[in-house]
Amino acid sequence: MKASSSTNSPTASPAASKAPARTWNDVAPDKKKSVPEGLWLRCPGCAAMLYKENLAANLQVCPECQHHFRVGGTMRVNQIADTGTFQEMFADLESTDRLGFKDLKAYPDRVKAEQIKSGVADAIRAGQCFIKGRDAMLCVLDLDFMMGSMGSVVGETITRSIEHATKHDLPLIIVSGSGGARMQESGLSLMQMAKTSAALARFDDAGGLFVSVLTDPTTGGVTASFAMLGDIIIAEPNALIGFAGPRVIQQTIRQELPEGFQRSEFLKKAGFVDRVVPRGQLRNELARLIDYAGK
Amino acid sequence: MAVYYQLDFEKPVVELERSIQNAEDALRARLAATGAPAESANESEDPEIFRLLTQIDTLRSRHREQLESLYSTLRPWDTVRVARHPLRPQTRDYVNMIARDFTEVHGDRRFGDDPAIVAGFCRIGPVKCLLIGHQKGKETSEKIACHFGCAHPEGYRKALRAMKLAEKFGLPIVTLVDTPGAYPGLGAEQRGQAEAIAVNLLEMSRLQTQIVSIVIGEGGSGGALGIAVADRVAMLQNSWYSVISPEGCAAILWKEANEQTNNAAARALKLTSADNIDLGIIDAVIKEPVGGAHRDPRGTAESLQNWVVNEVHALKKIPLDQLLQQRYDRFRRMGAYTEQGNAAMA
Ligand SMILES: [Zn+2]
Repeated sequence: MKASSSTNSPTASPAASKAPARTWNDVAPDKKKSVPEGLWLRCPGCAAMLYKENLAANLQVCPECQHHFRVGGTMRVNQIADTGTFQEMFADLESTDRLGFKDLKAYPDRVKAEQIKSGVADAIRAGQCFIKGRDAMLCVLDLDFMMGSMGSVVGETITRSIEHATKHDLPLIIVSGSGGARMQESGLSLMQMAKTSAALARFDDAGGLFVSVLTDPTTGGVTASFAMLGDIIIAEPNALIGFAGPRVIQQTIRQELPEGFQRSEFLKKAGFVDRVVPRGQLRNELARLIDYAGK
Repeated sequence: MAVYYQLDFEKPVVELERSIQNAEDALRARLAATGAPAESANESEDPEIFRLLTQIDTLRSRHREQLESLYSTLRPWDTVRVARHPLRPQTRDYVNMIARDFTEVHGDRRFGDDPAIVAGFCRIGPVKCLLIGHQKGKETSEKIACHFGCAHPEGYRKALRAMKLAEKFGLPIVTLVDTPGAYPGLGAEQRGQAEAIAVNLLEMSRLQTQIVSIVIGEGGSGGALGIAVADRVAMLQNSWYSVISPEGCAAILWKEANEQTNNAAARALKLTSADNIDLGIIDAVIKEPVGGAHRDPRGTAESLQNWVVNEVHALKKIPLDQLLQQRYDRFRRMGAYTEQGNAAMA
């Protein structure tokens, strides 16, 4: 893969082989991930005590009950891309506090705290990689950062990635896991939905393959934009996928939600998900789809 | 003078409205007592009639001044309440006021017909167009049928079906946005609320005809954007447009929605028309008559019509390929982020 001239946006960072310089030097990322620290943990699916190393070797899926633990961005990239092939792009984008947003905490403070907690600059990783030897553009939303919420940085990174895939005829894989649009950027977050969808329209016009992979949970403005626009939509087993969150729905209709409502299998039955794919088979599935439909 | 549904911050104005009403009643009684016809009040030499007329004049000008100062200093949370005023004109009111020969189309050809989305062909001034809008409902039964302006997937799909017809017929599209948000319910989720909105965002971005959108009341999140991917977007002065309602935001970020946190959330969300201009999200603010659209629906409709006619006229001069490029660029530049230390913001 070339180290530069691989992006079509004049301001985009090249897919450099070395990690881009972080602009938040004061941040010392620790390694806290979605799976809690400690040697052992209890599976919320079957209550079995799992040895963490075994769990990691099994892609964070419980060997007893197949419960899919949530995984952060870096781990997800490593699970999908061929080892050592992920060339990160657009990693120098950072959110700004255009609105001067302050709830119980000021937005910049919240961002900084999330950066320290997660070790990433924002809720997305993007880059070109190989998947079982097939060239692809890969985006992964990072649940470790503000619940994978979409603000300007996520929207811009997704859009640049789509444009990059359009320009270079690459199959596009976006792995979503997100609480939706980021409230702290308000209208600007909302506009990322239109921006990413418009970029996908052009990618579609150009004949590109977009595989959207939905993981637990994918809701709100992410579902209502790029995540539901895949040519092929894959979901991990038992992932919560919806427009509105279950609590909001419950408050609106004032009744219990049916068993399995808004889960992957429910969406497949309703006709909105093509395939429910266990994590261990995802790479195979992606490679096969690229062979069928990718360029 | 009618006494309106009362917003608490309008209290001083409403008191004045009562005084005016009382003075007018007194004038009418005096005219009746003196046997003079009402039209001749101005020529009357009766000192009491003269006093009452002067009083009404003074009260009216004070009322106007108060209303003006009140509405020029609305807090964002007050704006949200004006945007939800029960007498504020809705899509069907605009249809009645400015859409001639309205020919409504119904249904998404998939599931059903959602009354929360109105779609039909009409003439606005000289502009032959497709009009689409959220409808919240006025009477209780209509409100319930419309889910208070919260559309279902079939509503968004009806909108898109109609928009594709407009594209085929070469008609410009005018959309009126007025929703607290897309409906959160069992059927809505089962029928793909998220997919319906997402598809509209994608398809509207490449629709080969002119699109203008106006937020006329509430611009609640994806449910609003689902019919608002346009070449030009305006907001009526006292409407709001944001990623979430103040109450929703307060409940999540302040852990509780109450008067105080709603107020704080409304401010933080930068949801007013002035804020949205400042953020580059909309292109224009359409001024409302003094005291809000609910005090003068006709005046509001006229301003809205003027904006629509002017914008569609201007957009029609742009070749389609350029128009679509500009529409892409319009949304492409939105966002605020830094890159290698350089601030980038449109
Ligand atoms: Zn288990």
